[in-house]
Amino acid sequence: MMKQMVLQRIAIGFVTLMVVSVIVFVMTSWLPGDVASIILGQAATPETLAALRAQLGTDQPLIYQYFGWLSNMATGDLGISKAGGATISSLIESRIGNTMVMAGLVALISIPISISLGLWAAMHPGTWLDRLVTFCTLSLISVPEFFIATILVLILAVELHWLPSTAYLTGDESFLELLKAVAMPLITLVIVVSAQMIRMTRAGILNVMSSPYIEMAILKGVPRRRIILRHAFFNAIGPIVNVIALNLAYLVSGVVIVETIFAYPGMAKLMIDAVQTRDLPLVQATAMIFCAVYVVLIILADVASILSNPRLRQPK
Amino acid sequence: MVEENTSKEEEVIAKLDAFAELPDAPPKRRMKLTWVGKLSVAVVVFWLVIIAIGPSIAPFHEMEMEGDDSFLDAYSGEYGTFYLGTDYIGRDTFSRILFGARNTIGISLLATLLAYLMGITLGILAAVKGGWIDMGISRVNDAILALPTIMLGLIVIAAFGSSIPILIGTAAVIYATSVFRIARALGQDIMVQDFVEVAQARGEGVWWIIKSEVLPNAAMPLATDFGLRLVFVVLFISSLSFLGLGVQPPASDWGSMVRENLAGLTYGSYAAIWPAIAIASFTIAVNLIVDDISAKSGGSLAKKMV
Repeated sequence: MMKQMVLQRIAIGFVTLMVVSVIVFVMTSWLPGDVASIILGQAATPETLAALRAQLGTDQPLIYQYFGWLSNMATGDLGISKAGGATISSLIESRIGNTMVMAGLVALISIPISISLGLWAAMHPGTWLDRLVTFCTLSLISVPEFFIATILVLILAVELHWLPSTAYLTGDESFLELLKAVAMPLITLVIVVSAQMIRMTRAGILNVMSSPYIEMAILKGVPRRRIILRHAFFNAIGPIVNVIALNLAYLVSGVVIVETIFAYPGMAKLMIDAVQTRDLPLVQATAMIFCAVYVVLIILADVASILSNPRLRQPK
Repeated sequence: MVEENTSKEEEVIAKLDAFAELPDAPPKRRMKLTWVGKLSVAVVVFWLVIIAIGPSIAPFHEMEMEGDDSFLDAYSGEYGTFYLGTDYIGRDTFSRILFGARNTIGISLLATLLAYLMGITLGILAAVKGGWIDMGISRVNDAILALPTIMLGLIVIAAFGSSIPILIGTAAVIYATSVFRIARALGQDIMVQDFVEVAQARGEGVWWIIKSEVLPNAAMPLATDFGLRLVFVVLFISSLSFLGLGVQPPASDWGSMVRENLAGLTYGSYAAIWPAIAIASFTIAVNLIVDDISAKSGGSLAKKMV
């Protein structure tokens, strides 16, 4: 039963990725017109055009081009960037580590903070501190990421001079300098992700708190603290893991804004630059990577909630 | 931009709201907002008024440059008329915020309305018709819903370039997917109600049932969802503008204003802060209103669970 459901999720994820690749490919190959005539410009003659089209493969039907592109991508051949002519895989290789380090650090910091704050708020519902947490997190998830980033720059960089306002890396910083450079984007992302995670953790615990066995515990006089830590928490682990995976997936959109605002040399900055210069092969490759990560994390979230449900884990 | 998680939960809440509308539902208490809610309504009304009259009360035109007086302080300038100072090429920040309301909120409102039109039409169609129509629309919908919204926006803009119609269309299609899910779920619930069966037995046509039974019962829950969706669209559009891929200069838009004037922060200019605050005031206010309303109608998780 459970195995079946997990496999089903993985299959759905795979199908989704295929559909995503079709969307990405069709969108980016359909409009930009005839690449051959753009390259040749004024010098185009019917013969040179036909020759170049054959060389680029654009004379073939779109469906052949799609499968060609897909199989190249699957084997790691991501093509060549239109701007500068570097191979896309080398461009991505130089950036992907930076983004992964950032995402990892954000997860490392925000997960413990959010789960303890969310738990704490759920343990004291209705108190003014709980209301404060609820109000602050609602406000934080209502504002754009760049609002938080701008306010942080104003306070930490301009007024207090504690941190630099950009995260430009040269590659030969000392560890302390490196830490200082990534601090600002890191804090921004931690705030954005934590706000959402605190809300979801709190809602998850309160959700468990409304089940009959908790009511039973309340009626037999178990103290509230003990109810949460002994009865509710273990049943809420599944939903919480689900929350963590979902929020790591949301990091994808946060990272896009934050890397741009702080000029952090990561994957998202690479993609934004590619969109701005309309370097479509690079857009295709980076979009596919981001979407794949996102889809995988969403599936993980799904699987976590299946695994945590004892009724599905133990077949009748 | 963290919205996708709530769709399941929203569906459940929307369904609860739907049944509060049924004839045998307990009598409704009159909706009373808390003071936070009232204040939020005032903020939203204020910005809606600014959309209407902003350009005519602005002291300067949005594109008017005052020589090379960039990043002036507030109340400075020859006549002390730059209430919020000037931006990076010497335009009046205050006037640009008044003009920008029309772009930022106006575009988002149009996009949200369009998303609703598409989402509800297709959602009700899928619920009423069922079968392969439902299957087909739902599968495409799920695929779009499975992508991060900002990625979809970036791909579309990379391919088509950025213009206001493209922005509105993209946002509308992306957010129509979540409206579709809710409308479909509501429609399916209503379609199995006794009164619909009665109508069918009476020999009413599909269109009559949609118009007289399904839509009136789905209207209220969909209306509360509108606020939430609007906030997501505002955040989406202003994030794209902030990246330089949304509303194009020299038109004023709050997202692009933040980006243009970011460098000024180092010189102590607040030109980037004001438009950011403008966005935040609008989105927080809308969310607080929605929160207040859903708490009153029993939809708020927090209120129900404690």
